[in-house]
Amino acid sequence: MRELGSGDLFYIIGAIRWTLLLSLVAFAGGAAGGVLVALARSGRFRWLRLVAAGFIKIFQGTPLLMQLFLAFFAPGIFGISVDPWAAAALGLSLHASAFLGEIWRGAIGVVPAGQTEAATALGLRYWPVMALVIAPQAVRIAIPPTVGFLVQLIKGTSLASIIGFVELTRAAQIVNNATFHPFTIFGIVALAYFCVCWPLSVLSRRMERRLSVARR
Amino acid sequence: MSYQFDFQDVFAAWPELAWGALHTLVLSGIAMAIGMVVAVAGALGKTSGPRPVRIVIDAYIELIRNTPFLIQIFMIFFGLPSLGIRLSSNTAAVIALVINVSAYGIEIIRAGIESINAGQIEAGKALGLRPLQIFRLIVLKPAIQAIYPSLTSQFILLLLNSSVCSAIAATELTAAAGDIQSRTFRSFEVYFVITCMYFVMSAFFWAVFGVIEKNFLRTPVER
Repeated sequence: MRELGSGDLFYIIGAIRWTLLLSLVAFAGGAAGGVLVALARSGRFRWLRLVAAGFIKIFQGTPLLMQLFLAFFAPGIFGISVDPWAAAALGLSLHASAFLGEIWRGAIGVVPAGQTEAATALGLRYWPVMALVIAPQAVRIAIPPTVGFLVQLIKGTSLASIIGFVELTRAAQIVNNATFHPFTIFGIVALAYFCVCWPLSVLSRRMERRLSVARR
Repeated sequence: MSYQFDFQDVFAAWPELAWGALHTLVLSGIAMAIGMVVAVAGALGKTSGPRPVRIVIDAYIELIRNTPFLIQIFMIFFGLPSLGIRLSSNTAAVIALVINVSAYGIEIIRAGIESINAGQIEAGKALGLRPLQIFRLIVLKPAIQAIYPSLTSQFILLLLNSSVCSAIAATELTAAAGDIQSRTFRSFEVYFVITCMYFVMSAFFWAVFGVIEKNFLRTPVER
């Protein structure tokens, strides 16, 4: 057992970059997957809609921790060994794909059907309709809940510590095991998460309010 | 694919898994029940309490909602003993889940309280309804209708979130899986099976909550 020094605190606070990087990677992966899920979920083909709905339900109906465990252990079946970083990035990306897919499907659904009909009547095909007519309207509706989900995702990265990825939470555990000042250490870590998440929460709420005023 | 699946050891441990699942349900049920009591108190404080109370409740909501559950549970299980409060892992798990779910519950219940329309209560009085009838038909039913979908999905989130309590070795399904894994080394198989078990539990509650909503909480539409 040793004392909690300033080096330890720098180590913990420095680890926040891994939390942020993991959040960013998961969000990027989730955004790419989420677009596909949202399009599949609101598309023309019944079987594709069902597959997307099933994908969403599976991720909504199981714990994120299990999703990370399976992302860590499942590649081993195919003879691929993944490190905790890759497993966490994969698991969180899939998780985010499902949740962002559901959020964005909702946003696409809010755009009146007349918009699609009018654009089709003007001779636009599926992709131009989606990209030029639906997306610009859906994005405005989708941004507040997307930022809200980003907060969930950042908090969710803390579970990557359980599969052994050294981010903010794991760094705190490591220092705590050596120095045993849990109240101070986890208090600082809680504050660090709060400083990242709270501004995003406030932003999401503010945009939500502005949107609901604009829609009236 | 050279991997040999072996579910035998996992299925052989079914009493442990059933026991774990049962504890997950009990843990979630207790936490939800206590959490809702806290949430109702918090919502009343937020809608009709004095200003300092409202500020404290708002701070509580923001603090809990913007920090990871895992850190909250560490704070309670590892942090509190340094203040002289020593808790068993199961007690710490319940407290952490209560604190977490109530921060979300307060806003849900508050929305329910605010959905009650004063004009409708007056209309009920004017129609000669008795106070109990007014409470049951004009206050309670619409309020429950308003909060029911959010509350039930909050419960399922709580159920799934309770898996994180394995991090402090509370008695529940994920911790049971951890024990089986460390004995059999069948990591993928164990976690695959309990992921399915969690999904079955979620699907069961989705179905039950859906049936209840359909049969008891729909206002008949006049044609």
